[in-house]
Amino acid sequence: MAADSALTNGADSQRLRWKYLDRILSRPGPFTDPDWEPGEAVIEGLSRAKILVIGAGGLGCEILKNLALSGFKDIHVIDMDTIDVSNLNRQFLFRHADVGKYKADVAARFVEKRVKGVKITPYCGKIQDKDEDYYMQFAMVVCGLDSIEARRWINATLVGLFNEEDPDSLKPLIDGGTEGFKGQARVVFPTMTSCIECQLDMHAPRAAVPLCTLATIPRQPQHCIEWAHIIAWEEERKDITLDTDDPEHITWLFQKALKRAQEFNISGVTYSMTQGVVKNIIPAIASTNAIVAASCCNEAFKLATNSNPFLGIPETDNYMMYTGDESIYTYTFQHIKKPDCPVCGNLAKNLEVDSKSTLQEFIDSLAERPEAQLKKPTIRTEAKSLYYQSPPALEEQTRPNLSKKLSELVSDGEEVAIQDPAFQIAFKFKLVFKK
Amino acid sequence: MTGTTPPILQGPTSKEKKYDRQLRLWAASGQAALEESHILLINSGPGVVGVETLKNLVLPGIGNFTILDSTIVSEEDLGVNFFLEEEQLGGFRAEHTCNLLKELNPDVQGSYITERIESFLLKADALKPYTLILVTAPIAPELLSKLSANAETSAIPTFYIHCTGFYSHFSIHLPPAFPIVDTHPDPETTTDLRLLAPWPELSQYTAEKTSGLMEMNHHDHGHVPYLCLLLYYLEEWKKTHDGQVPQNYKEKTAFRQTVSQGARTDNAEGGEENYDEAVAAVLKSLNPAELKSSVKEVFDASECKLLTADSPDFWIIANAIWSFYVARGALPLPGSVPDMKAQSADYVQLQNVYKSKARADLSEVLQRVRGLEKKLGKTKTAEEKEVELFCKNAAHIKLVRGRPFHVVQPGKGVKWEDRAKAAVQGLTNPESLILIYIAFLAFDIFTSTHAADALGGAAKIPGETDAEADAEKVTGIAFKIIDDLIKEAGTVVEDPDYSEAKSKAAEFVQEIVRAGGAELHNIAALTGGLVSQEVIKVITKQYVPVDNTCIFDGVRSKTSVLRF
Repeated sequence: MAADSALTNGADSQRLRWKYLDRILSRPGPFTDPDWEPGEAVIEGLSRAKILVIGAGGLGCEILKNLALSGFKDIHVIDMDTIDVSNLNRQFLFRHADVGKYKADVAARFVEKRVKGVKITPYCGKIQDKDEDYYMQFAMVVCGLDSIEARRWINATLVGLFNEEDPDSLKPLIDGGTEGFKGQARVVFPTMTSCIECQLDMHAPRAAVPLCTLATIPRQPQHCIEWAHIIAWEEERKDITLDTDDPEHITWLFQKALKRAQEFNISGVTYSMTQGVVKNIIPAIASTNAIVAASCCNEAFKLATNSNPFLGIPETDNYMMYTGDESIYTYTFQHIKKPDCPVCGNLAKNLEVDSKSTLQEFIDSLAERPEAQLKKPTIRTEAKSLYYQSPPALEEQTRPNLSKKLSELVSDGEEVAIQDPAFQIAFKFKLVFKK
Repeated sequence: MTGTTPPILQGPTSKEKKYDRQLRLWAASGQAALEESHILLINSGPGVVGVETLKNLVLPGIGNFTILDSTIVSEEDLGVNFFLEEEQLGGFRAEHTCNLLKELNPDVQGSYITERIESFLLKADALKPYTLILVTAPIAPELLSKLSANAETSAIPTFYIHCTGFYSHFSIHLPPAFPIVDTHPDPETTTDLRLLAPWPELSQYTAEKTSGLMEMNHHDHGHVPYLCLLLYYLEEWKKTHDGQVPQNYKEKTAFRQTVSQGARTDNAEGGEENYDEAVAAVLKSLNPAELKSSVKEVFDASECKLLTADSPDFWIIANAIWSFYVARGALPLPGSVPDMKAQSADYVQLQNVYKSKARADLSEVLQRVRGLEKKLGKTKTAEEKEVELFCKNAAHIKLVRGRPFHVVQPGKGVKWEDRAKAAVQGLTNPESLILIYIAFLAFDIFTSTHAADALGGAAKIPGETDAEADAEKVTGIAFKIIDDLIKEAGTVVEDPDYSEAKSKAAEFVQEIVRAGGAELHNIAALTGGLVSQEVIKVITKQYVPVDNTCIFDGVRSKTSVLRF
């Protein structure tokens, strides 16, 4: 039989290749919609669907492979990064000889070569380079990113893209993330179900160590490394921009940290730890990437074909949480959309503040608050501008406000709009004074 | 003095660079175990899940893998298997998947065997070179029985994996005693401060640091380690409570109030961080140390109680720690101290108080270990490093009792034995995926009793041609499994639960048969991720593996782990 099929020419042999997939798509199942008509039209629809993959790293490599072998034929991929040697333990589309090349390029070429008939269009750059028209062309977007900021950006963009009068403007967002043996896969139907911003507090940033601890009373090896990173470098090598990929820079920080640790009798500073702290390295392995990426692609496949129910149908589960370090545990649930979500809701979100703290302190706290995570906020009320990061003239004009107490600037419960250069929308918050 | 030599001033090796992101999880010891392993994949069916599993093991650098597969590469392979190319049509699937997998990591050795499994297994010692075996369905029951028997006698961990359509499951046969010391518990659960039973050095340290607490200047008062604050206020509390520490929730809340009132608010910050830390720690730090049931299980095991000259080191150390526990009323101290607001020197001194006690406990355990070894006449003694790791993790060690997975036999029913009662409960539990597992068992029984053609060679896969007729037959088999299970458990499941379980089982069967043995790449990739993760845990003896069956439902995106 194998020999026969190898000899068959043209389209028949091409289709024979997809025998397994076609079987599933040609038969109804017990959970498919009674109105679903399996067969040609479904298969045809899948091969015409244009799908965008954001990220060609650990998850992205898996996602591209999975989509290509799930019957998607028109795949686009965006990634701005180049290949590093530490990627090779999981990013299986890259070889040692590819180190330094663009990930999106190498990944696209590899999968195109391996899976005949699939077209993969790479873009080596930032997602922010592209406009609404670009995103409008896709049926859905699958994200395999390691940055919360990029996720928030694409989420806000897709929410903004939706126009009630045009059903084609609804772009489902499927997002995967991993950390060590843990991960999650989630599906967002912009404006209809809970979005990435609604779920922001589930991914709280790690609390920063107070500066005074670093400067005067270090206790942990990490404190010594942070001291070298934040304080010593500023003092001694101010004119050189720190490049965390430069081994000479890491070695310098490591030795500084080591010396400081010895002064304080603190043990445990290593090169590897220095790298980990300075680059904020998150452990990553092939198996977790495989699980999370395949889960995302399984949802994309079901969504594109209706061959079974998918996550994200309003009022049903939209989030799968995965933990693999102690046995295997998944929790699949419906994350509820927040009416006061700054991106997809229409109510301002309550933010509890101390009326005695200064505007500067409030601004600093925004970076760390799980529900805000804004690093360079510009703040205004309906009536006045409280602080502008730029342009310089406005910054100078509003700078005196930084030292004023919040109670002097806003009233209890007043609404403020906060903008941040990382996002194209304004976040609405209601400042409620702590009692 | 911290007692450690400074690390060598040089960057990471090229291997450390490549494996950096995983070494942060399983360290050099786990990596060394991976590099010593040799994994055999016995591949069958569309064969994707096995290859995807290997992909996730070749990347992190297992030492060696071998693929046993006599299948010839056909067109349909190319639409589902990423590790095959067009030019390889007509060639051996084992050879080409092996070669393309090897490209992923030049440090991994790979080989292939194209012999049929029937004759391969006839050879004596055929399975001997391997440290772990992966078997994918479909496979004839008599062959799976042989592999299961091998797992039993040779103690080689063996995985049976089944992946079809939107569902998959895998079962692990581990040795009857599979102990894990390095379980990597959640760091939040590992703090062990012994505040209810401070030893003299800790009490003395506390007395020094809290001496004149009320008269201290703001700076000093705000830098007393919270641990000392708790010990100090506990002593105060005991003075008015018959020498007793807070016993219940109510008393602990009252005690927390006392601590909280000790904080100064007339300073610049309007509060004190060390007091905040102390207040936050009250409820979780004042519980008497109790052994986790999983640790008790280790101490109660017959292997721990009845040592012989052949006892593995694990059991000798476990026995020594048990006798330490009986004598001292506590496990050896792990010796780590969480970060807390304190002056650098005070903190380092506190760390040393804990480290010294941990070292003293270790040396006592070590002495007990050496005593046992001598008594047993052991020539090879346990490494001190191993004893140290055991002492550090004593509260979190884990013993997995490996057991054979189900191998269906034509004409014989499925036996659940001591798991029957638990399995019946699963039938009516909406979170349990046992009914999918039963559908897979029914699939296996169908293939073992139906031949693809009159020649009686290859098995017939349900749904390959006539999905409806096959689904009906497989459903009948599944219903019989359910009824037999209920009977074996000696119980009854009343309606409507009974009918509901059966109608659900019928749906799962229908969904499985719909695929007709086809693998969907996504489900194979996901299952390959799960299986490879478990292989890594088993080889490195780190983290806690699945015991013993995992089921994945790709329709609802859920997993369930069950023990059969």
